[in-house]
Amino acid sequence: MFSLGLTSLLVRRNLIFVLMSLEVMLNAAGLAFVVAGSRWHQADGQVVFLFILAMAAAEVSVGLALVVQIYRRFRGLDVDKLSGMRG
Amino acid sequence: MNSWLWLIPALPFASALMLALLGSRLSRTAATALGVGSIGLSALITMVVAVDFFTAPPSAGSYTEVLWTWIRVGGFEPQIGLYLDTLSLVMVLVVTFVGFLIHIYSAEFMIEDEGYSRFFGYMNLFVASMITLLLANNLLLLYLGWEGVGLCSYLLIGFWYRDPANGRAARKAFIVTRVGDTALSVGLFLMFTHLGTLHIQDLMQRASEHWPSGSTYAVVAALLLLGGAVGKSAQLPLQVWLPDAMAGPTPVSALLHAATMVTAGVYLIARTHVLFALAPSAQFAVAVVGAVTLLLAGFSALTQHDIKRVLAYSTMSQIGYMFLALGVGAWQAAMFHFVTHAFFKALLFLGAGVIINALHDEHSIFRMGGLRKEMPVAFWTFLIAGCSLAGLPFITAGFFSKDLIIWDAWSAPQGNPVLWLAGTAGALLTSLYTFRMIFRVFFGPLGTPVTKRPGYAMTIPLLVLAFLSIVGGYLKQPLLSALNSVLPPTVEAHAGGLTEGRSEVIAASLFLIGLYFAYLFHLQKRSLAEALVANPVGDVLHQWWFADWGFDWIYDKAFVHPFIWAAEINKRDFVDAFYTGVARFTELSYRGLSRTETGRVRWYAAAMAAGSVLFIAMVFFK
Amino acid sequence: MELVFYIAGAVAVISTGLMLTRLNVVHALLYLIVSLLGVAVVFYVLGAPFVAALEVIIYAGAIMVLFVFVVMMLNLGAHEVQMEKQWLTPGIWIGPVLLASILIIEVFCLMRGTAPDLSTDASGPKQVGVALFGHYLIGVELASMLLLAGLVGAYHLGAHETRKPEIQHDTNTDERRTAASGNLVLAGTDQSSRTS
Repeated sequence: MFSLGLTSLLVRRNLIFVLMSLEVMLNAAGLAFVVAGSRWHQADGQVVFLFILAMAAAEVSVGLALVVQIYRRFRGLDVDKLSGMRG
Repeated sequence: MNSWLWLIPALPFASALMLALLGSRLSRTAATALGVGSIGLSALITMVVAVDFFTAPPSAGSYTEVLWTWIRVGGFEPQIGLYLDTLSLVMVLVVTFVGFLIHIYSAEFMIEDEGYSRFFGYMNLFVASMITLLLANNLLLLYLGWEGVGLCSYLLIGFWYRDPANGRAARKAFIVTRVGDTALSVGLFLMFTHLGTLHIQDLMQRASEHWPSGSTYAVVAALLLLGGAVGKSAQLPLQVWLPDAMAGPTPVSALLHAATMVTAGVYLIARTHVLFALAPSAQFAVAVVGAVTLLLAGFSALTQHDIKRVLAYSTMSQIGYMFLALGVGAWQAAMFHFVTHAFFKALLFLGAGVIINALHDEHSIFRMGGLRKEMPVAFWTFLIAGCSLAGLPFITAGFFSKDLIIWDAWSAPQGNPVLWLAGTAGALLTSLYTFRMIFRVFFGPLGTPVTKRPGYAMTIPLLVLAFLSIVGGYLKQPLLSALNSVLPPTVEAHAGGLTEGRSEVIAASLFLIGLYFAYLFHLQKRSLAEALVANPVGDVLHQWWFADWGFDWIYDKAFVHPFIWAAEINKRDFVDAFYTGVARFTELSYRGLSRTETGRVRWYAAAMAAGSVLFIAMVFFK
Repeated sequence: MELVFYIAGAVAVISTGLMLTRLNVVHALLYLIVSLLGVAVVFYVLGAPFVAALEVIIYAGAIMVLFVFVVMMLNLGAHEVQMEKQWLTPGIWIGPVLLASILIIEVFCLMRGTAPDLSTDASGPKQVGVALFGHYLIGVELASMLLLAGLVGAYHLGAHETRKPEIQHDTNTDERRTAASGNLVLAGTDQSSRTS
């Protein structure tokens, strides 16, 4: 799942898709944690997943706000257009 | 009194330092007081020391004062030590006294120059270095003074630095004397390696013990010292710098390039006379160098039209006489000639400076004329000096000293008739070019009009030096006997058909012949002079001698062009490749790395992914 | 039980794969939600019912809904579908697929030998809660601060601003920065005042 998310992140140019693939990657990581926790019969894996969840929520909200801003400025959502920090 | 010896070089040093540091803030009066006053004090102290020395001569004929030990490495311990005997005393007296007169002269000569205090700083530094050279008790300290005077010569020749020609002349002087200096230092290395010391008296003693007469080491060492002397004293083959050195201010020419610096070579050879006595072939080389140079310079002086260049070649020629004397073993004669030459040559230069100044920077003798009535003081002093130079019998000092040398060239143990002939031919040439100069400058119709008259500061030194040029001849006996304690006396080895008297008569008659011909060509029928030059043979000779016998051209082709060619083709050598390679590598990596900064998120993510793949592979699968 | 695990897992993976390749954003979002639900089932099978519930409520419920809101707001229509068609050439997939597959292979190599042990010893909410407020208390506090920051940031960033032309890339942000007293975001704008 993680590698699927990674692939998608690298391929898609639409910003929304980028964020979605990020979510996929985060989810996959959390899945790994939960599996590990269940393997060792501890609740720690779930705790970590909880944190990941909280982080993902915060990140998504900020990210989407940024998406809105960018859409307003650049009249589009092409990630490659955001290359102002080019050296 | 003798313990005041160290003040003689120290006062000019201190004054030079103060002028260097504070010069721009000092008023003209203050700078003059500092510059001229320090030399005046030195001269005074020298005279006091001299009186003390002669009335109560120290035992062993010399007095040493060691100030401190300079270096202490292994067995090598040169000191800052001052050694006073008759030889160095005589030379220091001349240097400080004539130097003092020239400083007074310069106070007026350079009054309008903006580099006034800089000038006096350099001059004082020069006098200090020269005295260090003369009073040094070991060859390393002498070499320090040697380098110091070379430096000051460079600084003073190129004094008016805004004109690039002056800079070139200064560089030429420095580089040519450098060749000589290198020979000198190699000689010092050789002597130290084989004899273990550079202290002059010890060195001379050990040399006579360890090196038999005529041994290779002695000859080589003596020849190397001769190389150094030749460079500094502008003799063959390193004489090319002296005529161009006239680009400097006239007091500089008077002090450095007439009276003092160029005689440093003479002093060196006289100081190390034991070594030269051990190497007869080297000593003969000294004589040959002197003889050839005096003739060469004499011919060249006949063709020059810049008054200072005539005097430069004349200096070269007279120092050739001194070398000739040293070469035949007539040590005292050489020193005597040095003393008289300092007087009249400095006077000639100062007089030339007065004329040049008065005629608003006119240097060519062919554009001067008729100054006899306009500038009487200059005329009479110049005339006295010229007669002394050419050797007017009995009433001028130059006659006595030059004839002594010519006679010794015949009669001394190492003398021979050829050298005597060279000396007498040189006397004819001297008379010719001197009176050519005098007739052209002072007689005949008025050339460039006089715009400025010299003041007291410029005339009084002229008068003093003129007096000395006449009276100096009577110093012969006292001087020679005084020097006997240091330098071996010259014995008359073979007379063979000539006596001293007859030699003098021949010299005097040559003086008159030269005077007559100069009168004929340069005053009475000047058209004859032009006809001589227009003649094809005369023209060729004239051009050749004018260009210093082609030495400049030879050196240019033989040394300068190959060197420049080698430097040109070596502009990009492989050593440079290292440095440019580093720069280019940095630039390439900059270009490469900046391509990764695309600003695109996906690119960065891909890079991160690739990196993590690599990292995992490296860490877990190694 | 194992069968459920495999089926749910397959659904999740396939749905994610489908999501990647959609041209229309909303379609992709829906596929993503399906994938998340599949993962939730996997969680339940693994004995973590609390997390399963959380996944559905928060992830699929709140976060995805947020996505959908934004997409709707931006009104991405047929034009965007055209753009996607242009961008997604087959050639583009090669590099990332290569990279990702190497990654998968590596991970498989690393994980060889550890068999999954699915026990039905469920860790319910009680255990999670004990752990959270015991060991991981500080994490809870930090998470709450993070959420606060996210909240404030999102609010500020999403505040309505006047329409302005496309930004020039060679703006002198230095002088704008001092004019806007340090706020980098404002420095890039044409606004000189801080009123929003």
